[in-house]
Amino acid sequence: MSSAVPAVVVAELRKDYGPVQAVRGVSFTIDTGTCFGLLGPNGAGKTTTVEILEGLLPPTSGEVRVLGRRWGRDDREIRERLGVCLQQTVLSEKLEVGETLSLFRAFYREGRPPEEVIAEVGLSEKRRARVGTLSGGQKQRLAVACALVGDPELLFLDEPTTGLDPQSRRQVWDLVRRFKDRGRTVLLTTHYMDEAEKLCDQLAVIDHGQFIAEGSPAELIRSLGGDHVIEVAVEEGETPPPPDELAGLPAVRSVHRDALRLTLSVTEPHVALPALLARLDSAGRSLASLSTRHASLEDVFVSLTGRHLRDE
Amino acid sequence: MSDRSRVRAFVALCTSRLREYYREPEVLFWGFVFPLLLSAALAVAFRERPPEPSRVAVITGPGAASVMDAFERAPLVEGALSSAAAAGRDLRMARVDLVVVPPPTADDVVEYRHDPSRPEAGIARSRVDDALQRAAGRQDVLAARDVQTGDPGGRYVDFLVPGLVGLNLMSAGMWGVGFVLVDMRIKKLLRRLLATPMRASDFLAAQMATRVAFTIFEVVVLLGFGHLALGVPVRGGVLAILVVSVLGGLTFAGLGLLVASRARRIETVTGLMNVVMLPMFIASGVFFSVDRFPAAVQPLLRALPLTALNEALRAVTLEGASLWSQGPHLLLLAAWGIVCFGVGLRLFRWS
Repeated sequence: MSSAVPAVVVAELRKDYGPVQAVRGVSFTIDTGTCFGLLGPNGAGKTTTVEILEGLLPPTSGEVRVLGRRWGRDDREIRERLGVCLQQTVLSEKLEVGETLSLFRAFYREGRPPEEVIAEVGLSEKRRARVGTLSGGQKQRLAVACALVGDPELLFLDEPTTGLDPQSRRQVWDLVRRFKDRGRTVLLTTHYMDEAEKLCDQLAVIDHGQFIAEGSPAELIRSLGGDHVIEVAVEEGETPPPPDELAGLPAVRSVHRDALRLTLSVTEPHVALPALLARLDSAGRSLASLSTRHASLEDVFVSLTGRHLRDE
Repeated sequence: MSDRSRVRAFVALCTSRLREYYREPEVLFWGFVFPLLLSAALAVAFRERPPEPSRVAVITGPGAASVMDAFERAPLVEGALSSAAAAGRDLRMARVDLVVVPPPTADDVVEYRHDPSRPEAGIARSRVDDALQRAAGRQDVLAARDVQTGDPGGRYVDFLVPGLVGLNLMSAGMWGVGFVLVDMRIKKLLRRLLATPMRASDFLAAQMATRVAFTIFEVVVLLGFGHLALGVPVRGGVLAILVVSVLGGLTFAGLGLLVASRARRIETVTGLMNVVMLPMFIASGVFFSVDRFPAAVQPLLRALPLTALNEALRAVTLEGASLWSQGPHLLLLAAWGIVCFGVGLRLFRWS
């Protein structure tokens, strides 16, 4: 592994399906040893982008380099060093866990002993179990194990935790962290903000096939202007005060309103709160709820697009 | 990639496919139990029986006793006295083959009532007339001698079992390759495999190789059962039979690949399979000979792969024909297989 060459370089990537522009000119670089996250709602173009990087889809235009090589010329060389976990792959139900991993191991020139990978993903007790009998979380860990058994330098995970219970999600996160701790590179797509915050060094927020923000999770949150968020809702039948009226309050950096709810990005909650309450009071509005929390990437997404990530 | 690791990948693909196969109870049922049951059932239905006696009703009356007396000496005529009304009813219901109205006096004629469209009626008439004419004093003018034959190989079950083997090779080949590929495509497993360094050609070769292994297994079980349990003669060399079978198995695997090359839904591939297999099921000489069809469509039917496979299998198995003599059939099969495989590969999509 040479750290001089970035693991992935993408320039002006486009993908059209007929008249539909799924990816509209994205560019990014993933440095070796880091975890890069593509964050966006369903249909934003995440999977299309990843499948182009995996060599499974041809791009309409643009430049893609994976591990310093190009698809269409060095396919086998790239595949030998690449681990892939597609969105919702169903592995053969009739095979046992150990048999499945041995099959995938056999495709690679070099790799890790299947037993070792099974232990790493915590499926040692299920080694002789048929894949069809595994739970959703176990199947997903097996899918990750299939990606790891070729001992890849670069790992592509497409929504690795969608539909999993919290405990299974944390187990998958641990696997990703351990992989990264060995100096390897990860590209992951997700529509979970907490996942992106916990795992990724660099993030790109993608919407309608375009990057709308890029940076580290902390940078993106800071771009809101404040690390904290105050959410207030007024009683039904009342209208919250217009956002620009509140934007001038002390320590408030931005205000977002939908229906009865106001979301304020603030730098110092203890300064902003009293002023906010006083303003609501003088305007004659009564509070239905109030909460404060640390800002998350969800807030970044809402402030960028006006929509929540999970909205369809 | 070194040859050794390619061999390893190929072996792993074959092993996985074999495991999936024998862990699928439905496959074992439709592949083995069902054809065995079918051939056993048909063998029972068409078993060899001694000639059936003709059932004859004799209307009670003055001459009935002498008619019954004549039947005593005719082993293949079973006479029973009956009223005219009851006899008429029995004849209509096919409970008897013929009704005899005895002549009231020796000078009157004997009357035979029967339905000439039933084959049994004609046999019954000949036997009854023969018995009565002899009893009345007829002498045979030409001496005759009977020589009975009962060659194994000429029975219906002997015709049927190689046809069932052919049928099984067709459905197992098409389902075993076509259905499995579409299923893997729907589950995105094909795409997942393509994302590894695995070679697409190794994957398809493994599908074909495992099909050959299953083919040999299936033929040995089915023909073995036919031979041991039903007495179907196996006159050809085992090698010749296996060569014909393996070629047939590969041909239908190629057809399965073609049918499955584009389908993205199970319903699509199931419909296509039925469209392809049903005509051959009926018209390729599985249950009855292709000769029964009108001469005009025979060239068409003989161009079907299952017809060629069945004819070659029957010739090699029942008659001990050489592979050489089956050249045209085998060439036709190979041509079908190569064309289907080639076109299927061209059209094939991985996702």
